[in-house]
Amino acid sequence: MALSEKDVRYVAALAHLELTEEEVKKFLPQLDAVLEHMQKLNQLDTSQVEPMAQVIYPAAGTPTLRPDEPRQTLSQQESLANAPEPGAGCFKVPRVIERE
Amino acid sequence: MLSLTAISPEVLARYEAVIGLEVHVQLLTRSKIFCSCSTRFGDPPNSNTCPVCLGLPGALPVLNREAVTMAMKAALALNCAVHPRSRFARKNYFYPDLPKGYQISQYDEPLASAGWLDIEVAGKAKRIGVTRVHLEEDAGKSLHEGFPDSDRKSYIDLNRSGVPLIEIVSEPDLRTPEEAYDYLTRLKTLMLYLEVSNCNMEEGSLRCDANVSVRRAGRTAFGTKTEVKNLNSFKFLQKALAHEIERQIGVLEEGGEILQETRLWDSREQRTYGMRSKEFAHDYRYFPEPDLLPLVISEEWKEEVRRSMPELPEAKRARFVDQYGLGDYDAAQLTSSKALADYFEEAVRRAGEPKLSANWILSELSHLLKEAGKEIAESPVSPERLAELLALVAKGTLSGKMGKDILAEMFSTGRAASEIVAGKGFEQISDPEKIAAVGREIMAANPKQVEQYRGGKAALLGWFVGQVMKATGGRANPQLVQEILKKELGS
Repeated sequence: MALSEKDVRYVAALAHLELTEEEVKKFLPQLDAVLEHMQKLNQLDTSQVEPMAQVIYPAAGTPTLRPDEPRQTLSQQESLANAPEPGAGCFKVPRVIERE
Repeated sequence: MLSLTAISPEVLARYEAVIGLEVHVQLLTRSKIFCSCSTRFGDPPNSNTCPVCLGLPGALPVLNREAVTMAMKAALALNCAVHPRSRFARKNYFYPDLPKGYQISQYDEPLASAGWLDIEVAGKAKRIGVTRVHLEEDAGKSLHEGFPDSDRKSYIDLNRSGVPLIEIVSEPDLRTPEEAYDYLTRLKTLMLYLEVSNCNMEEGSLRCDANVSVRRAGRTAFGTKTEVKNLNSFKFLQKALAHEIERQIGVLEEGGEILQETRLWDSREQRTYGMRSKEFAHDYRYFPEPDLLPLVISEEWKEEVRRSMPELPEAKRARFVDQYGLGDYDAAQLTSSKALADYFEEAVRRAGEPKLSANWILSELSHLLKEAGKEIAESPVSPERLAELLALVAKGTLSGKMGKDILAEMFSTGRAASEIVAGKGFEQISDPEKIAAVGREIMAANPKQVEQYRGGKAALLGWFVGQVMKATGGRANPQLVQEILKKELGS
């Protein structure tokens, strides 16, 4: 197994997930299996192949650029329509503490 | 260096600081980088938002062409190579003012790299490397204070979410807080010349973070660095850097170790604070942004941008020396802002007299502006009006002293020089007959001095000139007075 429980906890913390001890034990082999599969794919020689993270096509420029023209979109009311707790025109969230 | 702690100058001198700056510049586009919302500052919160910048599911970004153009201008002015192909990446982190949970930025393939900016250290040019210039979107704004429930709640305004930024990363080539200050000042001047940003630090359109480490003088290996954030004014930048450098030296002198961490500058307490450091705080899990195509910049586009670039400060300074015969110092002062340089050129275009114009703009006018707390662009005396005044001074119609008084009056009343001169009988007396008559009167009243002068006491000429000036209320042309008196006294 390439992964440890520590890795599982680290990844969960990055994703702001709280896992119980049982869940850590349950996810460890699953996550490990995913990585194992990736390693299998890595055996393929792709050094001559362009990555496809984004679709690449032959074009002189980037044809999908937008002109710099502002448009009216949502009103403040509409923007806040889904907010669990709006206030003073803002989205209210639990206080963010940045410093010790 | 300004010492903020108890460390002695001898100890400080044993160390060298290594500083690199990361500067975020908000671009002056009218709409956001990936959606058509307005970028206007100061609108009611969340009134310039849409599904894209609110991070609603399914919304897709479309890149603003003008943001790319402006970023290219900045990159070219910083002597960077603009890459024919760059791409966007997602920088993942959780913060309430980042609604998507990631910031669209550029990572492994930035827009431009490997440039430089020259600063001046002890009168000599020093080249500071620019590692890269890349495009990214701004996050929203978190308001932590000022509401009745601010002890429990933060308020989020997403008007700024998606406003285009460029990040300009320098090489760790800076050695003192003063160098960092000069670098940032020149960078700001450059951006203002290019008109790609208003660089208003109070509104957050220019933001600066610094990477700081110290090492024993003479060593080449870098020490462990800290990242200092929150350097949101030019005044704080130097203080915060000086403080952080001395803090690190203090730790090392006591045999301690520098922790690699992010520290926040607190301007009220004049010190930096370590932020709660978690080991994964910097794991942003970058990956290519699948919702945007790679950014392809054709040679034609790049050339079009290059052709549209204005004359930059360095070139303008050299031209001012060349074309107007100004000294290096005056030329540097006049080109320190585009507005000032434009003012000068407009005045010269009308009055001729480049040296006189430079002197008056840099001394008298600057002084009046400073006293009134105004920028050159807000000057109540237009370049046309100043040119009119300087023409009168150059012709000798007005003496320098009278000119100064009139300028002050033009500044406070907004009236033209000719109006003030006509209303006051301010005009200089340049009629030789009138001056000679006054001279003869004074000679008649002071026969002893006339005798002394004729007996060889040539220094008395100055005294006679003074008497004539006094008698004419300072309005006589002093040069003419001298010539005429010499003649009168000699006969």
